[in-house]
Amino acid sequence: MHVLEPSTGGWPSLRVAELWQYRELAYFLIWRDLKVRYKQTVLGAAWALIQPLFTMVIFSVFFGKLGRIPSDGVPYPLFSFAALLPWGFFSNALGQASNSLIGSSNLLTKVYFPRLVIPIASVLSGVVDFAIAFAFLIVMMFAYGTTPGAAVALVPFFFLLTVVASLGVALWLSALNVEYRDVRYVVPFLTQVWLFATPVAYPSSLLSEPWRTVYGLNPMVGVVDGFRWALLGAAAPGAEILVSAGVSLALVVTGAYYFRRMEGTFADVV
Amino acid sequence: MSSSAIRVDGLGKRYRIRPRERYRLLSERMSRAFRRRPAESKRSDRSESIWALKDVTFAIEPGEVVGVIGRNGAGKSTLLKILSRITEPTEGRAVVRGRIGSLLEVGTGFHPELTGRENIFLNGAILGMKKTDIARRFDEIVAFAEVEKFVDTPVKHYSSGMYVRLAFGVAAHLEPEILLVDEVLAVGDAAFQKKCLGRMGEVGRQGRTVIFVSHQLVAVQSLCRRAIHLDHGGVVDDGPAARTVTKYLGNIAEGVQRHEELFADPASAPGDERVRLRRVAVRRGAAASEPLTMDSPFVIEVDFWNLAVDSRLHVTLHLYTEQGVIAFTTGSSADLEWYGKPMPTGLFQSVCHVPGNLLNSGWHRLVVLVVRDGSSVILNHESTVSFNVLDVSARREGWLGREPGVVQPLLTWTTQYVDAAVAAPV
Repeated sequence: MHVLEPSTGGWPSLRVAELWQYRELAYFLIWRDLKVRYKQTVLGAAWALIQPLFTMVIFSVFFGKLGRIPSDGVPYPLFSFAALLPWGFFSNALGQASNSLIGSSNLLTKVYFPRLVIPIASVLSGVVDFAIAFAFLIVMMFAYGTTPGAAVALVPFFFLLTVVASLGVALWLSALNVEYRDVRYVVPFLTQVWLFATPVAYPSSLLSEPWRTVYGLNPMVGVVDGFRWALLGAAAPGAEILVSAGVSLALVVTGAYYFRRMEGTFADVV
Repeated sequence: MSSSAIRVDGLGKRYRIRPRERYRLLSERMSRAFRRRPAESKRSDRSESIWALKDVTFAIEPGEVVGVIGRNGAGKSTLLKILSRITEPTEGRAVVRGRIGSLLEVGTGFHPELTGRENIFLNGAILGMKKTDIARRFDEIVAFAEVEKFVDTPVKHYSSGMYVRLAFGVAAHLEPEILLVDEVLAVGDAAFQKKCLGRMGEVGRQGRTVIFVSHQLVAVQSLCRRAIHLDHGGVVDDGPAARTVTKYLGNIAEGVQRHEELFADPASAPGDERVRLRRVAVRRGAAASEPLTMDSPFVIEVDFWNLAVDSRLHVTLHLYTEQGVIAFTTGSSADLEWYGKPMPTGLFQSVCHVPGNLLNSGWHRLVVLVVRDGSSVILNHESTVSFNVLDVSARREGWLGREPGVVQPLLTWTTQYVDAAVAAPV
């Protein structure tokens, strides 16, 4: 039984159980995105590699060789590529998810389903690109003769943290973009600034405590430091990783509530 | 009462119309917050709004098949959108018992790059079907849509007919307890429409609750036992389908009767110093309050002022269907009383008598021409008169949708028994 009423101003319910019921829809939407993406481009899966690879080469030349930026004792190409992996997932999630609702306006105005499915699916569809790039990273590690330490067991956790951080920002942006149409112009700029505010091209060890912990307020700081630690055996991160994890969780929860609050009007304004 | 499948109480939906921009901008809101000019923000808050639905109350029992009728903008689609949870009501409430499936548009979420098979699964998931349900009914859906040979071809290579059949095929195999249908039957060719209507009737007979929004009154009358008539967002009639439809037709007929274009002032009427148009009107004979149906004769009246002495004028009409096709043209040159004869100045009225059983159902409009000396058009006026020819005929059996064709004349047929031999020897 459903009661359809105007939503009150109070806290909306997240209705997680209902979201779970629609997991098949999320699966199909991800599958559609992937199928179409790899069907249409000649380069197909190679696209997933080209972007981080070229960025790595550019970073290695300009920041590594010419700028002589330290890389915590790890070869600079590996150092930057390990960070470009989660960064690529994050920036892709921001770009895809922020436009996901508007791109699905034909669904929003014709069929009911929990709207959260759409940004979640568009964030998760980046997993395959991530996996392809990850496989390449392993090849690179062999080439450089780098072996990870025991912390490698934490890779799944740091990947999860990447997803949570990406989803948190994506939920906010996707809902904001329906309400305010200039958000989409902000996203590319935001992504660019965020890249330089994240230790992708440089190590966060350049900062000393307590600033390094404060730096963790950018959730991608914890993610990148975690990946480097787990995969390349770089210096273990400090408290910034806890700060980042906390911020990521807070973003997801507040983002989901904000999204639920706004979703009642999506079909009317989209 | 509490066992109703759907109970709607004082339901209302208000849409805001922002006079200038449709979307809000974050930058604007931020700069407003900094400027703090309350006068301005107050002005923009006072945006206009319309009630698409207001104070709607009704209850539908499980197993009822209910038609919702009303002119465009009456609130029918808004009602379905609220019931299917696409949008929230502004006031009132609706209580829905049972799983709802809605068919507001077929083919929602179809992707041209994916194959028929892939789209069936995707579309099914979007409509709320489980993967196992879709797999179970897959062959049935493909057979219903008649696309067996092309099931692994991307749908971008489908003909529009195949596309629509596949889309409806998926939708028709939903198994919700409550089905909401919005005008999706207006798709495909005649044979397929028939199949869709048959399927709708089947769903109704299975004891499911169906709400059916349609302009096809014949279909509403035969599929639904009860009909609700919405107008300007409110319920104006609710009762047995036959009665509601008949009353609704009476309402439309009044609208048609008002459909007259009158230019009282010769100085500003369409035309020039040679001729001015005074009036264009469509009427159904003497009993003007009766609806204009496919089988009823009607007249088109054109009044014009001849301003030049001894002009030889006649009126020509182009009658357009709602698809923009000319159904026919006709001219008053057929009337030898005045044709080819010099006319004095003054007011003339030409009346065209259109027989019943000629036009197809749907909206029609007129272009009025005044022709001089049988060849030069001196007035070409696209009239604002439009009229709806309604299909309420009982002359057809079985097929309930709109017949294709620009016109739908009733022709004489004969069938004879020729010979008992099945295959004649050569």
